[in-house]
Amino acid sequence: MASSPVDVCVVGAGPAGLTAAVAAATAGRTVALVDAGARPGGQFWRHSPAGIEADRALHHDFVKYRQLETGLARFVQTGQIRLLTRHQVWTIERGARFTVRALKAGEYERTVDAAALVLAPGAYDRQVPLPGWELPGVYTAGGAQALLKEHGVLVGARVLVAGTGPFLLSVAAGLAQRGARVVGVYEANTGLGWLHHRSLRAVVRNFGKLSEGIHYAGTFARHRVWYHPRSTIVAAHGDTEVRAATVARLTRHGAVVPGSERRIEVDAIAVGWGFTPQLELPVALGTRTEVDADGSEIVLVGDWQQSSTPGVFVAGEATGVGGAALARVEGEIAGYAAAWYVNVDHESASFHPRSRRAERRLSWLRKRRLTLRAFAAAMHRAHPVPPSWLDQLQPDTLVCRCEEVSVERLRTAADDLGVTDARLAKLLTRTGMGWCQGRVCGYATACLVARFAGTGYDPRGLTERPLAVPVPLGVLAHGAAPAVPADESWRGE
Amino acid sequence: MPEVLGPVGGRQSGERTVRGVSASPDVVIIGAGMVGAACASYAARAGLTVTVVDRGPIVAGSTGAGEGNILVSDKEPGPELELALLSQRLWTELGEELDPASFELEPKGGLVVAETLDGLRSLYDLAIVQGARGVRTMAVDAESLPHYEPHLAPDLAGGVHYPQDLQVQPMLAAACLLRDARAHGAQVRTGVEVTGARRDSNGRLAALLTNVGPIPTESVVNATGTWGGEVSARLGAPVPVLPRRGFVLVTEPLPRLIRHKVYAAEYVANVASSEEGLETSAVVEGTDSGTVLIGASRERVGFDRTLSVPVLQRLAAQATRLFPMLASVSAIRAYRGFRPYCPDHLPVIGADPRVPGVYHACGHEGAGIGLSAATGHLIAAALAGKEPEIAVSAFSPLRFVEEAA
Ligand SMILES: Cc1cc2nc3c(=O)[nH]c(=O)nc-3n(C[C@H](O)[C@H](O)[C@H](O)COP(=O)(O)OP(=O)(O)OC[C@H]3O[C@@H](n4cnc5c(N)ncnc54)[C@H](O)[C@@H]3O)c2cc1C
Ligand SMILES: Cc1cc2nc3c(=O)[nH]c(=O)nc-3n(C[C@H](O)[C@H](O)[C@H](O)COP(=O)(O)OP(=O)(O)OC[C@H]3O[C@@H](n4cnc5c(N)ncnc54)[C@H](O)[C@@H]3O)c2cc1C
Repeated sequence: MASSPVDVCVVGAGPAGLTAAVAAATAGRTVALVDAGARPGGQFWRHSPAGIEADRALHHDFVKYRQLETGLARFVQTGQIRLLTRHQVWTIERGARFTVRALKAGEYERTVDAAALVLAPGAYDRQVPLPGWELPGVYTAGGAQALLKEHGVLVGARVLVAGTGPFLLSVAAGLAQRGARVVGVYEANTGLGWLHHRSLRAVVRNFGKLSEGIHYAGTFARHRVWYHPRSTIVAAHGDTEVRAATVARLTRHGAVVPGSERRIEVDAIAVGWGFTPQLELPVALGTRTEVDADGSEIVLVGDWQQSSTPGVFVAGEATGVGGAALARVEGEIAGYAAAWYVNVDHESASFHPRSRRAERRLSWLRKRRLTLRAFAAAMHRAHPVPPSWLDQLQPDTLVCRCEEVSVERLRTAADDLGVTDARLAKLLTRTGMGWCQGRVCGYATACLVARFAGTGYDPRGLTERPLAVPVPLGVLAHGAAPAVPADESWRGE
Repeated sequence: MPEVLGPVGGRQSGERTVRGVSASPDVVIIGAGMVGAACASYAARAGLTVTVVDRGPIVAGSTGAGEGNILVSDKEPGPELELALLSQRLWTELGEELDPASFELEPKGGLVVAETLDGLRSLYDLAIVQGARGVRTMAVDAESLPHYEPHLAPDLAGGVHYPQDLQVQPMLAAACLLRDARAHGAQVRTGVEVTGARRDSNGRLAALLTNVGPIPTESVVNATGTWGGEVSARLGAPVPVLPRRGFVLVTEPLPRLIRHKVYAAEYVANVASSEEGLETSAVVEGTDSGTVLIGASRERVGFDRTLSVPVLQRLAAQATRLFPMLASVSAIRAYRGFRPYCPDHLPVIGADPRVPGVYHACGHEGAGIGLSAATGHLIAAALAGKEPEIAVSAFSPLRFVEEAA
């Protein structure tokens, strides 16, 4: 099913994409805003069907969301923005214009034809394996957060939060406010590492973040949540589901302090090691990438959020994990720039804001982007993934859960079969070849291969996923699922 | 950074310079894909000192971007079928020697099906002439198809079963044969790009020139697949090899529902065809891990890597035509590779008299995995000065020169 052509197609309706769509519409363009989720808002403003109002306590920057939502509603009403929720983009074709191909709830395909693109696909939780991580009850920090925000579900009654980064604070606070007993927040780095040296300047300029921190401190005190800097989880225990966790203190170099291990009874664990940008769509369009300070592969963008592929603008976490405020700023710049791109002679033109007002706005946005990026860089420096996880692995710890590839298997592949990089590891051990296509295990695989083969860490080679999401063959073949549902009794065979 | 993989049992550190290569190996094999790996294994087993070089890591080329069918069923009588029959026998032997599970060698057999009676008739005609060359074939009528493949569409006209068709996991097969070569003393050096050759006053090869320095040797094997044309030119003995793009769709893991490698009769016609444009004929096969592979298209579009939606649509349509139950199954991955082809669709195998010391083993198009064992065997024989097991004149590098003259 093809929709009528638009000027700009925005993929992703999180803080970056929402802002971009409203900016491009404000600049007079027709826009399609496509998102896999049921409601706009992305990961940050994820909310339940009852509306974001109902969960106000869980949301920062609530006012910003309201403003954007109002802007969006106005443009949707006039038809200038077409909002396509529950649409997963599986690929984008590039010719003179772009054809965005989306799957509606796996039932049929809808295509959107556009002159320019803003890609704002966000990020997902970065994970590293640990003994017992496949037990039910072990969640990613983002997963625990999403269950709470979208469905009001608590992952457990006694929850341990571990990993690194300020996001852990937000998750722990949310759980505690909703009645979970948070048995501790185990931050692998010194929680306030970012207050040191030069980072300080960026933080102070980013006062918003500090007040957020103070807010969490209050919440933790009220709910008696203990914060343990330089400590981490080393194993999860249980037979059919998680029952306990072992935590330990870490040295300054991120190694476990011998004898500091302690066992804690829990019924759920939320672990977060930062985020991994979702790059399949930009990578498939040939955009150039680089490796960011946090070890993630990111899309390289210029001053106007333009990628190396003409007409493709990228904003939000996909250009470097930096939080919702940065995502909004980048989204607005990208929205303006994409709007401008639509009507120019691409060979000769360079970007010029259309009015004095736009010029002032953009110059402010660019300054703000600089500050927020400096802050993000400081965060990444202060919150590296400590090497302790590598030392805690057992030979039979699974690295790739979809294909059940163990640590030992990766080691043998390096010693014996000549695996020297992450791509080869995938080809020779099947790590990253299953359902998740390396989204879960990609980072760990790259780290382990580097260690076992004695080569450098390089996460690239696992991010190329020409199908951004699974596509039913019937829909691929005929644009829609068969009218008579297929007999699926064979699935039980 | 160049890497050296020493003999099996652990990597040897500190051997990262050209000195890491034995002073003057009997033969340098260029390319650590399936064909280079097979050449290395057979040459090392024959007692030669072997060094394999590749500009990337191992399996950086088409071997890591194709499928692993070892077929006799899709070949019409002729030199390629003879090569395939030899390879089929050698692969079975390699499986016995090296442990078939280590590279997922499976004697699963092929099932070629026809939609119409006309199609079935030509299928039977082909089977008869193949049979005369020693291919085992079994006619299957429409009623018997479900015994072979219970989930096939019910309205097919019939087919032919080829019990000799095998399957391997090609990347593992290449890595295992490289390991076997190392166990026989070979060295594998990655990150080494061949840039040229030096000859002595008689015009014989004297050394291979690389980005990390010269490697003195009297023999080289050009096993660079799709890049064989470029490398042969650098060696001073050019052969024409071009890319033919193919896409493969990979499904979610399923219970074992598809037992054979199944394809439609038109596939054979496509394999042999010289058409410029897009040809697709779905080949459907289950793998060890439960995923089903749906391949493969054939197009001549240079080294264009962009995903082609029309190609995927056609593959999906043909696969669901053969197996209707696949309609509700998801493709979770797609990839593409570039088959190395020569104008007459036959590989180039053997010594090149234009530069004594240069041997070619490239241009296997869509059958390089299958044909690699026989190719390695023939190359090792040629290096050792032994009689080849089958006639090789059809694969001569000089055939293009003569054509041009
Ligand atoms: C699970 C999770 C929970 C988080 N919770 C918080 C939190 O509580 N507080 C906080 O400060 N930060 C949180 N973060 C970090 C936060 O997501 C980012 O800072 C911010 O949302 C980035 O905005 P964005 O617009 O770049 O991406 P996102 O908000 O992630 O938005 C991306 C959107 O793109 C859509 N999308 C992606 N690919 C496709 C596709 N192929 N087809 C269609 N749509 C697609 C997604 O559905 C999503 O709605 C969370 C992150 C994650 C991963
Ligand atoms: C979609 C698809 C499906 C296929 N299915 C099958 C199948 O089912 N069965 C089958 O038998 N075949 C199949 N093939 C064909 C098969 O993949 C190839 O014929 C085979 O992989 C070729 O192997 P090779 O070793 O010759 O080349 P490659 O694997 O490409 O290896 C060549 C190597 O040479 C190296 N190299 C290149 N230039 C230089 C240089 N200057 N210096 C040093 N090194 C260099 C490259 O890095 C590369 O590693 C398929 C191919 C495709 C694309």
